[in-house]
This record gives sequence, structure tokens and C-alpha cells, in this order.
Amino acid sequence: MNDMALNSGWLLRVRGLTKIYGQPDGDSIARTGPQASTNICPVTGAIVACAGIDFDLYPGEVLGVVGESGSGKSTLVQLLYFDQPPTAGSAFFTALDNGTTDLFTLSNQRRRHVRNHLLGMVYQNPRDGLNFNFTAGGNIAEKLIMAGSMNVASIRERSSNLLRQTEVPVARMDQTPRTFSGGMQQRVQISKAIANHPPLLFLDEVTSGLDVSVQAKVLDMIRQIQSELGISMIVVSHDLGVIRMLTDRTLVLKNGRIVESGLTDQILQDPQHAYTQLLVSSLL
Amino acid sequence: MIENKKFQSAYNFAFLDERTKREIRRKILKAIALPGYQVPYSSPEMPIARGWGTGGLHVSLAIIGRKDVFKVIDQGSDASVNACSLRQFIERMTGCRTTVDTAEATLIQTRHRIPEEILTEQQILVFQVPQPEILRGVERLETRTRSMHAEADYSKLWVSLYEAYVRYGSLMRGAGYPVRVNGRYMMSPSPIPRWDVPNLSDARCLYLFGAGREKRIYAIPPHTVVEPLEFEDVRFRVEDWGATACAYSNARDAFLDEIYEDDSSRKFVVNDSNFLDKLRTGPRPPQRLFRNPQ
Repeated sequence: MNDMALNSGWLLRVRGLTKIYGQPDGDSIARTGPQASTNICPVTGAIVACAGIDFDLYPGEVLGVVGESGSGKSTLVQLLYFDQPPTAGSAFFTALDNGTTDLFTLSNQRRRHVRNHLLGMVYQNPRDGLNFNFTAGGNIAEKLIMAGSMNVASIRERSSNLLRQTEVPVARMDQTPRTFSGGMQQRVQISKAIANHPPLLFLDEVTSGLDVSVQAKVLDMIRQIQSELGISMIVVSHDLGVIRMLTDRTLVLKNGRIVESGLTDQILQDPQHAYTQLLVSSLL
Repeated sequence: MIENKKFQSAYNFAFLDERTKREIRRKILKAIALPGYQVPYSSPEMPIARGWGTGGLHVSLAIIGRKDVFKVIDQGSDASVNACSLRQFIERMTGCRTTVDTAEATLIQTRHRIPEEILTEQQILVFQVPQPEILRGVERLETRTRSMHAEADYSKLWVSLYEAYVRYGSLMRGAGYPVRVNGRYMMSPSPIPRWDVPNLSDARCLYLFGAGREKRIYAIPPHTVVEPLEFEDVRFRVEDWGATACAYSNARDAFLDEIYEDDSSRKFVVNDSNFLDKLRTGPRPPQRLFRNPQ
């Protein structure tokens, strides 16, 4: 553990992260993966969503996770955001206990603290990340209140600043996101995610439901926030365009395993694995 | 022949059998030990339907003794049909003396009000609670609300308060204003008006809450700190009638009902019927009043 604390500067270290649905037996992991080109164990029917995921994330870095549908990309970030418990694996985060505590061993209360103070998440579907019964301001207030802000004036001040930063008209702060366009809902989600200045942000297919011009604006905004605040990000996308625009380094996932990883430019210019080659060649 | 008196009356003292009473008493003790925590209990069948005051009735019947003097109030009134029926029922089942005088009663069952007159160490107030779960409005699932209570995760409740302020300009919540008991559990004070909420804190009497339909008992022991939820800059306020006074007693500083007459004129009347009687016939009974922050 101590050699981990004396780290080489990483922010998040993930080792052996595995999520299996159903009842696996001892060989389920060996029977699945890219070599078997399935993630469903043919014997037990267990679904290996991801297995043996290892990576390090460095401060200020933007890591891309790319892969086809069902390759385990979203599961990966959902595990790290405590949306579901992992089957096995560990994750260390230098913002918590200087990186000596495994995130998955925390109590519910400390998990919630990590979620609210140290992490931010933007889901593909705004309905997962926002409460549509609350106003846009209320959604952001939830994060601020969880972090202990109990002053309505300062909550509203901060919420409106965040909305301004993400280019949502402040006049619409007191309306529910139900009445917003898809791009605006996504921007409210981003405001909520960055409300407490988290050192790490997860973006799960943020632009997938948006039209191209709005996509470009949202991506621009994310880039701007990243450069202003220096937040580390894990960007999950099936869209290589998004990956190229946002990320420094990329993991390529297939059937729940990392098949290739490296600098984004390198992967896009000179893909090594057959699957990555297929991905890059099918880029429009 | 030696007469067996045991089976002369059709019912056990106070209707419930002794084992049921013991179960409810144990749950009450647990509730008192964990102020504000909702203790599940059996909620046995009663001659009235669940949700019509059975929770309060269970608690009252489980703790009433032969020397108790019993009073029932329904939204401040001793004379409503519900109050009369419950009072008669307890009178018949226990033979205890009943009263309408707040000061004289040792056990008071109430629906949606705390009496204006100060309650003392000698008195217990039993609330009938329709919905004990203060988080139900923001979280539908019982499993979730339980873990939210366990982990003291009340942010959603705070957001609903923030939302109320944003939408209506004040912490509007007419009845059942959320309170934090003893710095720990958020609790529904049953649908009492905001006017009564400050009386929950540091009281001399014991407050017991019974929710028959939802099968929960909870309690506020005497001298427990109970804080209504408020923000640093948006404070809790009680109802304010301005210069309006009671049409019968000309009194202020009491919870007023707005009453419409047949000719569509309206007047305000003190809601607590026993308090109103005392105001009209004698000196004003002692009260604990809360002053709104400026």
C-alpha cells in the first residue's frame, strides 16, 4: 500500500476492476472476452460486463474510453461513481486519504461524501442525473446543500454563476429541466456535476443524443471548463470524433476488456489491435 | 359460590389485551429512547378502520391507567364527531374520567393541534399521525427512506424546502413542517400548523406519535431540542394574522380559524375550543409563544 501512496503522480489508480451479472463459475472470465468475442459465459450465462480493468489517471488528464455498445464503457464509470457495486477490483484516489484507501471498501456515508465532494458525473440521459421535479437551480442546489451550504442567497448566487458558465440562460434557473432542450439539459447536468469543484469528472456519452451543432458547442464548453479548472476527466464515448477532440489518452474496450491503450493521436493514427483498426476505419 | 369477576365485562380494561399493550409499550419505550425514530409496531385491528385515529388510539389505550383523566381534541375542538366518538369509546372501555379542560387532563389524544395552554410534566400528548414519513414526498420507496434516515441523508428534503422558497417566496408548508429531533432524525410532526411547531422543542410534557395505517410509533421526550428546518437567511416563521383578533374573545397570539358565515362574511376565531372557553370566562391560561424573526 505504501508504494502506492508514494505514487508517480497519479490521481486515480484502478486495478482489476470487474463486474459480473448473474452466477459465474471459476472460469466464466476465461470463457469470455475479445478472444471469445462475447461477454456472456456460454456455460453459466453470467454476463461479464467488464473484467480486469487496470489503468492510472493523472491530474488534469482527460482519459477517453471507447468501444462498441455493450463493451462495458458505461459500467466502468458507473462502478467508479458507486452507482453499482463491483464484483472485484480496487480503486485508489489521491483526493481521498492521500490514495491509501480503496474506494470500494468505504462505508455508504463516506461513499456519499466522495460522490458529492470529489466526483462529478454527467449521464447520457439527463433524466438519470437530474431530478425533473426540481428546478434547474434546485438540482444544482442539491449538490451544494450536500456539501453543507445552507444559505439560500449564496446557493442561488453560485447556481447562477454555474449556469452562466455553462451558457444556460439564468432567467430559466427556476424552471424544471423538463421544459429545456436536450442540449440545455445536458448543460444543467454539467453545472451540477462541477458545482463542488470536484477533482474528477465522469462524462458518459454526453453528446450522443444531441444534434451536431449543439454537440460542438457542448464539447467546446467541456474543453473550456477543463482548461479553466484543470479537472481530470474520464470521457466515455462510442464517437471517435468526441474522443479525438477531448482526450489525451484512450482505452479501447471490447467485450469488457481493454484491448488497446495509449495516446489518443497514436491510437487514431496507428491502431494496433484489429478491433481498433475496424473502429478507426469505420469513422465516417 | 365464589364469584369469578374476571369475565364479567366483555372487554379487557382499555379494550386491548395485555400482551398487545405490552408490545405497544415496548415500542413506545424504544421510541422514547431514540427521539424522532419511527419504530414499527403491530397496529392490531380496532373497531374503527386504520387511518381513522387508530395509531393514536393504540398508544392511548396502551398507556392509560385507571387514574388518568382523558381528553380528545380534533383539530382544536373537543366537540367534533371524531373527538366525541373516541372520548366515549375510551370512557366505556376504561371507566376513566374524561374532560375537556386541558389543564385537568393527564392524557390527551390529539389530531392536528397542540393545545395552546402549556402542557406540564404530569401530561402526555398523543398525536394521531396520517403519514409518519417526512421523506415520503421526496422519496417514494420505503427501503430508500429507511437508508436515508440511517445515514442522515436529508439533502432531498432541504432541496424541497429550497424549491418551496423559489416557487412561493417563503418556506411554505402549511402543516407537517419538517423538524430535526435531537440533532439527528428528521421527523414529521403530524399535520400540526407551523404555529404549534416551536412548542415541540424543550417541552415539559411527553409527546407520543402513533400512525396506525403506516404502523409506526415515534416520540419526543420532554426537554428534547426540536428544530424546524430553515436556511441561514430564510428562516422558519409561524402563521401571522397581523392585527386580526378573535371575533369572540378579541384575543390575539393564538391559532385562528377563518370561518365563513352564510352571508359570505368571514370572521376569525380561536381554534383551540377549550382555550377559547377559558379566554371568555377567566384569566388567560399560560402559553408559550414564538416570535417570528425580523
